[in-house]
Amino acid sequence: METEVKLTKLSNCAGCGAKVGAGTLAKLLGDMPTHHDENLLVGFDRSDDASVYRVSDELALVQTVDFFPPIVDDPFTFGQIAATNALSDVYAMGGEPKLALNLLCIPENMPQSAVQAMLAGGYSKAYEAGAIITGGHSIFDDVPKYGLAVTGFVHPDRFYKNLGAKIGDVLFLTKPIGVGILTTAEKAEMLEPGEIDPVIALMTTLNKSARDCAVRYRVHACTDVTGFSLMGHMLEMMQGSGLSARVETGAVDFLPRVLEFANMGLLPAGVYRNRTYAGPFVDEGDLPLKLRDALFDPQTSGGLLIAVDPADADALERDLKASVPSAQRIGVVLEQGDKSIYLV
Amino acid sequence: MDIVDARGLLCPEPVVLTQRAVKDGRKQLTVLVDAEAAKENVTRFAASRGYAVSVTETGGEFSLSLTKA
Repeated sequence: METEVKLTKLSNCAGCGAKVGAGTLAKLLGDMPTHHDENLLVGFDRSDDASVYRVSDELALVQTVDFFPPIVDDPFTFGQIAATNALSDVYAMGGEPKLALNLLCIPENMPQSAVQAMLAGGYSKAYEAGAIITGGHSIFDDVPKYGLAVTGFVHPDRFYKNLGAKIGDVLFLTKPIGVGILTTAEKAEMLEPGEIDPVIALMTTLNKSARDCAVRYRVHACTDVTGFSLMGHMLEMMQGSGLSARVETGAVDFLPRVLEFANMGLLPAGVYRNRTYAGPFVDEGDLPLKLRDALFDPQTSGGLLIAVDPADADALERDLKASVPSAQRIGVVLEQGDKSIYLV
Repeated sequence: MDIVDARGLLCPEPVVLTQRAVKDGRKQLTVLVDAEAAKENVTRFAASRGYAVSVTETGGEFSLSLTKA
């Protein structure tokens, strides 16, 4: 009989928490040569979720890749999370995923059944998304990793960037916060049986429904909230838009016990990396530290952050509430102030 | 004096070890860590349990002195 695989024991920074910091990334990519192409509508010169390339007046390709080490022990669940997270970047652009390629790193001694389960998890989510996995690439590596390179379609005039928000826009977040903190508490063996379930449910929920709601309204900017935390991703949106945001922290939904664990210092290192990068641009007011810490928590497969025209906000909220019950109306976009984000 | 040596350990281990060490309600404890995140996390944990914390840094290592008020 094969021994049970404890996937998370093989990785020391799990999920999107393993991301290279945003500041580091900008420095690494700063001087790379790149061709100019007028059909490249979004490229990596900006910190967007995916690239967008116009093929015709009716069609643009959305391309993205995402992979990371295990955030849970069960290989099927990990496969689902990794795929959900990778597909999310296409949804964040307002697109629909169509084709995907597996990216797989496995230790040589990893049981075949575990590898198969990981892949099966990925296929299940790609199927749910309506995308086809057409192949992939696998290499041996001490730490397992899995993800997808995803190609999707979007109309070249109707895709979302993570900038372009306008003054008065209403901000929605479609999933609760706290994945990084709860997985850290899980590592510390502080969770009761079953308490990780809502975290797994969140990470394996496609952002498809949220995207399908959003495309019916005048969305000015959209991104998905992942490793850089709500604050980090919102900062990118506000800096890109040249505006500031006010966040009603009382309206931000946290997963159960997140603030309790934050208070105990069960914070992933990513919280501090995110604060180093985004903290100087955030007016944290005199809110409790645990609340402020949680807003810097790196998310894996988090929700969409949507800036919508205020005239459409109530209708989008009704629509979201019907199909994405976890969606929250968390703030508004303001003129640019001294800080990019004001927490109240 | 009691010392928890959590150097080289990744979060959440330093907090887990500190929690174990203060279970008996002791008044004083020193925790050694070598990462910023571990320093911050142990400081938060200590505060949540009613300890005052003073930190001294030497060459990238932190010594956290926890004292129950």
